[in-house]
Amino acid sequence: MTLYAYSLLSILGINIMLATSLNLISGFCGQFSLGHGAFYGAGAYAAALCAVAGYPVPVALLVGALVGGALGFVVGFASVRLREDFLVVTTIGVSFLFVGFVRKQKWLGAEMGISKIPASGLGPEGNAIMILLFAAATIALCLYLNRSWLGFAFRAVGDDEQAARTIAIPVSTYKLLAFTIGTAVAGLAGGLYTYFTQFIVPDSFTFILSVTLMAMVVIGGLGSTWGVVIAAIILTLLPEAFRFINDYRLLIYGGVLMLVMRFAPGGLAGIATSVTRRLRKA
Amino acid sequence: MYYVDLFLNGLIFGSMYALMAIGLTLVYGLLRILHISHAAVYALGAFITVIVANATGSIALGMLVAVVVSAIFGMGVYRVLYQPMLRYPPYVAMIASIGLLIFMEDAFRIIFGEQGLTFTRNPYPTQIHNLFGITINTVQIAMIVLSTICLVALALFTTRTRMGIAWRATVSNPTIATSFGVDAIKVRYLNFMIGSALAALAGGLIALLNNFVEPTMGFVVSYKALAIIVLGGLGSMRGTLIAALALGLVESFGTIWVGSYLDRDALAFLFLIIVLMVRPQGLTGAHA
Repeated sequence: MTLYAYSLLSILGINIMLATSLNLISGFCGQFSLGHGAFYGAGAYAAALCAVAGYPVPVALLVGALVGGALGFVVGFASVRLREDFLVVTTIGVSFLFVGFVRKQKWLGAEMGISKIPASGLGPEGNAIMILLFAAATIALCLYLNRSWLGFAFRAVGDDEQAARTIAIPVSTYKLLAFTIGTAVAGLAGGLYTYFTQFIVPDSFTFILSVTLMAMVVIGGLGSTWGVVIAAIILTLLPEAFRFINDYRLLIYGGVLMLVMRFAPGGLAGIATSVTRRLRKA
Repeated sequence: MYYVDLFLNGLIFGSMYALMAIGLTLVYGLLRILHISHAAVYALGAFITVIVANATGSIALGMLVAVVVSAIFGMGVYRVLYQPMLRYPPYVAMIASIGLLIFMEDAFRIIFGEQGLTFTRNPYPTQIHNLFGITINTVQIAMIVLSTICLVALALFTTRTRMGIAWRATVSNPTIATSFGVDAIKVRYLNFMIGSALAALAGGLIALLNNFVEPTMGFVVSYKALAIIVLGGLGSMRGTLIAALALGLVESFGTIWVGSYLDRDALAFLFLIIVLMVRPQGLTGAHA
């Protein structure tokens, strides 16, 4: 396989991790977050600082996940206190605040970012395999959570908070838990990204990225792990497959988002369910 | 006088934020939709102002056309995009709205180029006046005057006219308003028409002030406007106005005091997050 194929696989793995972890927060638990890129960025920066300071790869990745999760835990408190629409706007704010803060910090390299990050020592092939393994682990985690008691509780909170509260589900705890798990995975993905590019800038973690991730989740179908994985694969590979699409990437993203919401608000998963239902009837 | 200038500057930006945010808050109050693509209407207004002004030589005509076209466009967005989505959970319309914003911004970039457009003849931002020791340019005066006129007219309209009262009634309780004979559909169109017209006016004025429009001009403003309506307590017009002016001032002074630690654009959200942590219902918290 060529170097290009390895880098594509790496990006694909990272996007799958980010999209499925966002699905955990927004799809399972119903907490809309448009700031997922910030947690990813926090993880990337934390891992980069560790790597530059000479710590080994597992430590840097762990720190990335911890920082992402810690930030997510703090933002999760907002989801406990605020109502739904306030939360969306607050997470948008987190995304702008993160980039605005990092841009001005000299110790984080300001606009220039952090470069000369030491290699993981695995080579491009090893890196891609590591990332894909983590992506597979994330998918497995989501599938497992979906069947577990925790997944049931998340869904109960997402479906109807009041009802969940009346059957004695501690809503706040589960919201915080969903945020922390999801953002820790995003932080881990950030650490992997750091080793993949060995060079990070604030502009890699902007609001547009957060919107792109949300696009993967809603196009895949909120709450459906496989739907989200497929949407992440399509939205990552499509611009690569057709170069001319790259120039109009945002135009197409925007258009697809509108059309999916207008005609199939359940996303790919919703389409799949209605098709199988129709087939069964026939 | 330096601080007075800063204060005035903050109020001027605040008044533009108010024109932007009123439309958003009205849509939210009526339909519970976060109308993020409102920023695209603002950018549309700015682009039309520049294009028509350059073609005809009259900036006033440019703004008029911008306001009318954007008002129609806003109603179109409701009819084509939002109306069929009202039966779904609110996030559906919100995501579609983000899609429309991204779509239109990229369309502006493709049509008008990444560099954006400038007015061929626009002497106003450089006409500096000195009033009681305060330096202010013609566009800024126009901003103060026009936003005051619009907001007062809006206040009078919503309190004194039949249509305006019907509108407020629908915002506070659609079912009861409808049973009293209010045409809820007409109110919705009116809502999008007025909100979009105000956003287009703000877009045109900002274009005049900067003598420049670019495809991404609405992007940051749209999220600031969202922050404003949340600060104002979502759906409250008075709260929105207070929050808009407060944000203008916070930005104006904040850039001087903490500008070396944080972007100007990020300040709005720091302000938002701090306020929400203390008062989760927003600054005024009119609607629960």
